[in-house]
Amino acid sequence: MNQRKIRVLIGKPGLDGHDRGAKTVASVLRDNGMEVIYTGLHKTPAMIAETALQEDVDVVGLSILSGAHMELFPRVREELHNRGLDHVLLVGGGIIPADDMAALESNGFTKLFGPGTHTEDIARFIQGEMEKRWAKEAADA
Amino acid sequence: MNSQQPSLAQGLLAGQRGALARAITWAENADRRFPQLLEDVYAAVGRSHRLGVTGPPGAGKSTLVNQLARHLRELERTVGILAVDPSSPFTGGALLGDRIRMEERTLDPGVFIRSMASRGSRGGLARATVDAFDVMDAFGFDQLIVETVGVGQAEYDVVGAADTVLVVLCPGAGDGVQAMKSGLLEVADVLCINKADLPGADRMVADLEEAVHIRTAGKGLWMPPVVSVSAGTDQGLDGLLEAIQSHRAWLEAEGRLQLSRQEQRLDQVQRVLREGFDHAIWEGRGLEGYARAMIKASRTPHGAAERILEQLKAALPSEWAQVQEETQP
Ligand SMILES: Nc1nc2c(ncn2[C@@H]2O[C@H](COP(=O)(O)OP(=O)(O)OP(=O)(O)O)[C@@H](O)[C@H]2O)c(=O)[nH]1
Ligand SMILES: [Mg+2]
Repeated sequence: MNQRKIRVLIGKPGLDGHDRGAKTVASVLRDNGMEVIYTGLHKTPAMIAETALQEDVDVVGLSILSGAHMELFPRVREELHNRGLDHVLLVGGGIIPADDMAALESNGFTKLFGPGTHTEDIARFIQGEMEKRWAKEAADA
Repeated sequence: MNSQQPSLAQGLLAGQRGALARAITWAENADRRFPQLLEDVYAAVGRSHRLGVTGPPGAGKSTLVNQLARHLRELERTVGILAVDPSSPFTGGALLGDRIRMEERTLDPGVFIRSMASRGSRGGLARATVDAFDVMDAFGFDQLIVETVGVGQAEYDVVGAADTVLVVLCPGAGDGVQAMKSGLLEVADVLCINKADLPGADRMVADLEEAVHIRTAGKGLWMPPVVSVSAGTDQGLDGLLEAIQSHRAWLEAEGRLQLSRQEQRLDQVQRVLREGFDHAIWEGRGLEGYARAMIKASRTPHGAAERILEQLKAALPSEWAQVQEETQP
């Protein structure tokens, strides 16, 4: 009776005022069978992490366009860590230079998606990653 | 997990929010560890008041729940909220958007909000809503609130999940007659006309008061108060909380709450039994295959079902009939 679903939180930290991209991702993930919580604009890292905790999500996806990713993304990671949520699959996207993507990917983010990424690829990446993790969990149990 | 690590039940009873969140996930997934978990915390279940908030899409349920939570916090009551939104019947996915209206409550340690997808249930709640309520109750919230999927007609699972059902309507979403025929009045313990800032609210209150009066007057039934509020501008919430409180007081008098909780428990047992039947008998004991054979041997599907039912009945322990007589209320 495995009724497990991939639960995803899409968060927008910081001050930028555009969430079309985030909403598009949210609805594509929904169309791929995931349960998606979207919390709207202007969230603090603490709010995003606390929501992730209460919702027991498998994935947190951050979207940012303002350029503050090197400041805000690691703070979200820290707030998640403070709540014992290191197991959460952390991904991000937005307008992020390649160097920064690499830096974040060696600092707790599993994957960063640059501008122009096909949304379906994001869905496929998350699905593949969760399948691996759940298979490992089942093997460990 | 090694034996040093506290169990999920211990974590939950010790007030760890992460443990509560995981317990709700187990409930939702019908995880095989859930029944034991519930047993381990069950002694602490039963203290929270359970409020169900239902009504048509867009009536302002989430906005109202947010305001209710805020006012309850001012009274130093802790609040656990479940917000149910529909799953797509096609993909199984869901966009859970109720909590966006409750974001001010996110960092309040006295509030816990969980979004829930309906996952194929059609009664306005999720299959696991009552199970989730139970573990939230054990966690120790004073008030539990569930917001149902926006319902149109005849989606009334909320009655089996809540002590008090609040029906939220608003002007522009049809008149009093529509509210009557939708059946929403029948499930309401408290009626709330939201968006009282919009034209038409007074008229609706008058219509509904009349409808409630016709339904209940002189029958010794609870007469649902009709309260108008404007959740968007935070008006009328005190009156609404009073109405909810008065229903609670009425329930607690003369043992009504106990009776109503017994019925809730019975609903829950029935639900788990049905799931167990599907899993253990239909699939596990080969009933599906037997049913296929019966279809071939019978003239109609009803005939096949009839024959199976007769055989199942014949196999039931005879003492059940006696217990049945002894426990009839
Ligand atoms: N004018 C007015 N608008 C309100 C009021 N309360 C809520 N709204 C608006 O009504 C719309 C729907 O509010 P929600 O709280 O999301 O309604 P809901 O019943 O939870 O909706 P679903 O969960 O989708 O069924 C939003 O745009 C709110 O801002 C109110 O008191 N007055
Ligand atoms: Mg809502």
